[in-house]
Amino acid sequence: MQRKGAEILIQVLKEEGVHTIFGYPGGVLLDIYDEIHKGHIRHILVRHEQGAVHAADGFARASGQVGVVLVTSGPGASNTVTGIANAYMDSIPIVVLTGQVPTHLIGTDAFQEVDIVGITRPCTKHNFLVKRVEELAKTLHEAFHIARSGRPGPVLVDLPKDVMAAQTEYTPRPPVREEETPPRPASKKAFYVMDLIAESSRPLILSGGGVILGRASEELRKLAWRTKIPVSSTLMGLGAFPGTDPLWLGMPGMHGTYYANMAISHCDLMIAIGMRFDDRVTGKIDHFAPHAKIVHVDVDPSSINKNVMVHVPIVSDCKSALQSFNALLEQQNFTVEDDQRKEWFDQIEAWKRENPLSYCPSDTEIKPQFVIETLYKLTKGKAIITTEVGQNQMWAAQFYKFEEPNTFLSSGGLGTMGYGFPAAIGAQIAFPDKLVVDIAGDGSIQMNIQEMATAVQYDIPVKIVLINNGYLGMVRQWQQLFYEKRYSQTDMTFQPDFLKLAEAYGWTGLRATRPDEVEEVLKRGLSAKGPVIMDFRVSREECVYPMVRPGGPISEMTLGREMAN
Amino acid sequence: MEKKAHTLALTVSNKPDVLARVAGVLGGRGYNIETLCVDATIDPAYSKIILTTIQDKTTMTKIEKQLIKLIDVHKVTDLTKVESVSREMMLVRMKLTDKNKADIALIIDTFNGRVVTMNGDHCVLEITGEKEVIERALASLKPLGIDDMARTGIVALERQA
Ligand SMILES: Cc1ncc(C[n+]2csc(CCOP(=O)(O)OP(=O)(O)O)c2C)c(N)n1
Repeated sequence: MQRKGAEILIQVLKEEGVHTIFGYPGGVLLDIYDEIHKGHIRHILVRHEQGAVHAADGFARASGQVGVVLVTSGPGASNTVTGIANAYMDSIPIVVLTGQVPTHLIGTDAFQEVDIVGITRPCTKHNFLVKRVEELAKTLHEAFHIARSGRPGPVLVDLPKDVMAAQTEYTPRPPVREEETPPRPASKKAFYVMDLIAESSRPLILSGGGVILGRASEELRKLAWRTKIPVSSTLMGLGAFPGTDPLWLGMPGMHGTYYANMAISHCDLMIAIGMRFDDRVTGKIDHFAPHAKIVHVDVDPSSINKNVMVHVPIVSDCKSALQSFNALLEQQNFTVEDDQRKEWFDQIEAWKRENPLSYCPSDTEIKPQFVIETLYKLTKGKAIITTEVGQNQMWAAQFYKFEEPNTFLSSGGLGTMGYGFPAAIGAQIAFPDKLVVDIAGDGSIQMNIQEMATAVQYDIPVKIVLINNGYLGMVRQWQQLFYEKRYSQTDMTFQPDFLKLAEAYGWTGLRATRPDEVEEVLKRGLSAKGPVIMDFRVSREECVYPMVRPGGPISEMTLGREMAN
Repeated sequence: MEKKAHTLALTVSNKPDVLARVAGVLGGRGYNIETLCVDATIDPAYSKIILTTIQDKTTMTKIEKQLIKLIDVHKVTDLTKVESVSREMMLVRMKLTDKNKADIALIIDTFNGRVVTMNGDHCVLEITGEKEVIERALASLKPLGIDDMARTGIVALERQA
């Protein structure tokens, strides 16, 4: 049957299992929006294209499905770049559909023409310009496949207006089902890893975002529990291992826990799974895990031996690798005697006792960490948490204990302020009945604040916990520590009254200025219907500790106690 | 670590934008492409890109891993690591004078070159050979007054499949 490009587009989205897209219309998209008007697919009209990409990204992180964005040519397309780069850095599967001027006008500096394929070349996993309607369906299916296979990532498809209006023969196909890779027989290397585990007296597992993206949390837990190996996870990996488990060490790196960093610095075996040795994790690279044999599992061969040279490189998706480890453990009837790990556990306990994650409580000022602790207490670690970027993000990672994968959504690689709120909208659309909370800073929240309207329009009941310090806090912290408190351009005291803003948009707004109001405000805010912003006026010059000095070894941490007042 | 010239052969889809993606992998990381040659393979759906870049071994491995990640790059071979032959061709335009004629003729002879065209008092020479040969020929011609020149960059091929 002859069908129009725009119609084929919607049809392919449905075949790919897409039910919701995030978008913003424009001239070259009129054919597509006319199709959308028929109501076969849900469209969330955002208020800025960057918001659409972060929302699709949040949807993808929470659900494991590909998030989809539709934007117009020119400024619509260029507005997506930060969101795309953000998804690229964190390997998030999204498909971004951009309108383009008609093919005969491409390259003429036509009205609202940008070379979005050129602009996004270095920050997409792949991108396409569809020049003929005959190639449309195949290209779109390929885009989805590329986005979710291997190491996932964003794929952009540029759609010229005439291609959307043109007709071609099209036979719909049944919905796509990606087949799971069958477990592979254990490799020689897996046997070797078993030997290493058996021989090791100070083993450590370091897991990353790959475990979550690869849906391998269950296998990770199995491995850790059976071998009694303590686990630390990078920012991207939080949630893969329960934050309340006795084997849990917390996050490593610049603002990681003292004991995770000490364990890294003293372990004799590191099993690194689905992580990429980012500089925020390793600190000074020559001092990273100096005593360890390192096993590194990653789907992306280019991540292996990139920053840290490893002893046992294993190119594999996390799930199959972990499955083969677990199968071997089973086969070899592997057990650990209690005293085998005693010395190591005692040492770790000692580190935990020496320097637990802590802060100076206060009766007069709201401590930001206290807000997050209370949020954790009230939600029992069951909420989906998104964060903005800065201190709020680090405190969230430190003081909220994540129990399940896909419940901590944070901009890790790019560190994009303005990510958390639209991402929360996306996550809430994936899980309408779950509690979704954006832990925000007053700087970051203003970067995509316009999406407050979107939340109201679609009844998206996200909750914003605003850690309001009136500063660009993380930058201020560095100015305090390294620039003798010269707070150049980081004071954000001039800000909207967030309660009035809430009212203006039709949100609920709540505020706490004293510690004894915190729990009450959280209780009311979290249980209120609809979207809520909770404005916590926190102590302004609180710093995130512990901290590894930039470029320093992770074994040397500033603990902050000496600074606490 | 010691840096040396590596010649990479990439089999890529013969499509727009592919060269830009390949160049971007190197350029985006601050690596220079010294020479570059591209044309279709026997199967016109694919092109072969041959490029050289001067790197140490570790960097080279990283570059190869990044290149093979590109969806349109199907094969990457470091021809420096296998038995291969390589050639480069150079066209040189020279102004002929009574003084340099004899020397030019001698150089053409030495390097197995030939005169491609002769136009009034100008001629264009063609010399083919390994990179070192081209460099030497160029050094000999330089003092005689080169008008302009163009080099293909290196093409190379494995000796055996
Ligand atoms: C888009 C963007 N611009 C600038 C930065 C640099 N930056 C990192 S943290 C930070 C401060 C964030 O302030 P706020 O959102 O108030 O959070 P806080 O650190 O106070 O919790 C800035 C400016 C960034 N990460 N992203």
